Amino acid sequence: MAKYFVKRVLLAIVTIFIITVIAFFTMNAIPGGPFNSEKASSPQVKAALEARYNLDKPLLEQYVIYVQGLFHGDMGISTKTGRDIAQTILESFKVSATVGGMAAAIAIVCGIVFGSIAALKRNTVIDRIIVFLSTLATAVPSFVLATILLYVFSMKLGWFQVWSADSHNYVLPVIALSLYPMSYITRLTKTSMLDALGQDYVRTAKAKGVSQVLVIFKHALRNALIPVITYVGPMIASILTGSMVVESIFTLGGLGSKFVTSITNRDYPMIMGTTIFLAVLMVGMNLISDLVYKLVDPRITFD
Amino acid sequence: MSDNNMPKKNPLSMQIDLSKFEKATEEEKRQQDVMSESSTFFKDSMKKLFKNPLAIFSIIVLVAIILVIIFAPMVVPYGYSEILKVNGVRDKTAMNLGPFQFSENEQKYMAETGIKLFPHIFGTDELSRDYFIRVVYGTRVSLAVGFFASIIVLIIGVLYGSISGYAGGRIDLIMMRIVDVIYSLPDMLVIILLSVVLKEVLNDSNGIIAKLGTNMVSIFIVFGLLYWVGMARLVRGQILSVKENEYVLAAKSIGAKPGRIIWKHILPNCLSVIIITTALQIPSAIFTESFLSFIGLGVAAPMPSLGSLANTAREGIQSYPYKLFFPALTICLIVLALNLLGDGLRDALDPKLKK
Repeated sequence: MAKYFVKRVLLAIVTIFIITVIAFFTMNAIPGGPFNSEKASSPQVKAALEARYNLDKPLLEQYVIYVQGLFHGDMGISTKTGRDIAQTILESFKVSATVGGMAAAIAIVCGIVFGSIAALKRNTVIDRIIVFLSTLATAVPSFVLATILLYVFSMKLGWFQVWSADSHNYVLPVIALSLYPMSYITRLTKTSMLDALGQDYVRTAKAKGVSQVLVIFKHALRNALIPVITYVGPMIASILTGSMVVESIFTLGGLGSKFVTSITNRDYPMIMGTTIFLAVLMVGMNLISDLVYKLVDPRITFD
Repeated sequence: MSDNNMPKKNPLSMQIDLSKFEKATEEEKRQQDVMSESSTFFKDSMKKLFKNPLAIFSIIVLVAIILVIIFAPMVVPYGYSEILKVNGVRDKTAMNLGPFQFSENEQKYMAETGIKLFPHIFGTDELSRDYFIRVVYGTRVSLAVGFFASIIVLIIGVLYGSISGYAGGRIDLIMMRIVDVIYSLPDMLVIILLSVVLKEVLNDSNGIIAKLGTNMVSIFIVFGLLYWVGMARLVRGQILSVKENEYVLAAKSIGAKPGRIIWKHILPNCLSVIIITTALQIPSAIFTESFLSFIGLGVAAPMPSLGSLANTAREGIQSYPYKLFFPALTICLIVLALNLLGDGLRDALDPKLKK
């Protein structure tokens, strides 16, 4: 167990390191720098600005300086806005985390409930409806869904206000983000629940006279949730990054849209900051779900 | 010799007296034919697939869409980047027409000359281009990207996975650690970074790449770099179990080379897993492409893709909501049909995999 744990943590650290390398060198490979446009009025100003951000040094040295700063908790200053990166990231992450967290919670709870219902009411009308809707929902891209929701419920019906500085309405973005993972979890739970219900230990429990409710919750569901756990970690991570499009459609100004705009602005420190932040988040989530998976299922051996 | 040429027989002998037999009638002979013809694994699975109504539905939808995207450009007299002209003059009234509408100039032209112009089935876009043909070309691009990206994933994944699984030992260990690292890279981040870089870098080059469109090439490169790992893992797992079989040992003992053993003996036994994974890879590639096009990193204008069409439609959704409908519906239909077909293939080829 301890060996497996150490191995996974090391792998995660290596992954994050590789991501920083990829991000740093690909970002420098994009033609054009942060001061190529309107900001630098003359070559002297440009040179001064580049010296301030260490851009005049060789690439490798820049990378070393950046990583050293990172270990001291310094993510640098944005070349576009001049603001502290760490602070900007935390602010926009608050928005992403709120929307994404709600979406993830709804997706997990509703997905497990619908999936269990579909499995328990197998081959009934309820099962068919749930399967039909969840199949349909996995075919709709989130940006199409978000646009339609925004158009119908905000613009036409006026039920929800469009997002602005003083009106924070989370309903539509949360629906747009949660629908796909919800239907995925529904399908996953259904198949694994059916699998669990056919197992010998469920029959034994029934034969012992355990009540229906207890059989479902204590024996079947607990075992059916194991595959769901493996999906939840990467799902939360992908909700937080895949939300770029949904965030920009609803103009939430979250972390995902910050990442995209920082690339178009060639805002080097901001690109690095958001990349590392998101990468740590995602790799961490994967790690946690892997470890939890091994912890809850004693049948899995550690290699 | 006695009658019917039989040797003289002992009353107690068990020898059969042929004269007491009746010849089978034609009808009785036919009854023996109920045994079905010998069937191969593939024929069997295809039979199963065609019994699945959802799979048939998706095949029909896909064939219909493919026929439309092949033949529509031959029938419709408009180009995907062509700005509408009436009588050789640019038609300024043809912007943002509704489905099956004609612009004022076109109506005037038709009234004057009596020539019937081809209708704008989905209307026109904000630059007076026929929207139907743009959606058709967008579907072409999206399907092509999905298909070729899956082929790239297939080739790299199968090659890598089979080498790693067959070689085993230290080579396998190192190759799989590389896969582990790539597997845990956050794909969206890397895709966005890479496609920005590749778009800019490839822009300077020319030749085939310029013809294909740099963004298209960068999408393929991104897929080739990131998405093969799932396939490689699957193939390796399959090979690990298949290579323990006796027929592999037999092939080895008569001196077959590893390449031949993998190609002739091992891979055919992993075929169902490979087919299923490839079928399910196509919709995910189409999703990724439309996502990239939506945030402006997909195929380059004026070439449309379903994602970029949806994005343009979003900007004008207040006035022309139906414009989102056509590309969005096409994406949903394609992805739905491919998903259902993939599920059907999985059920038909490998019932054990139904999880």
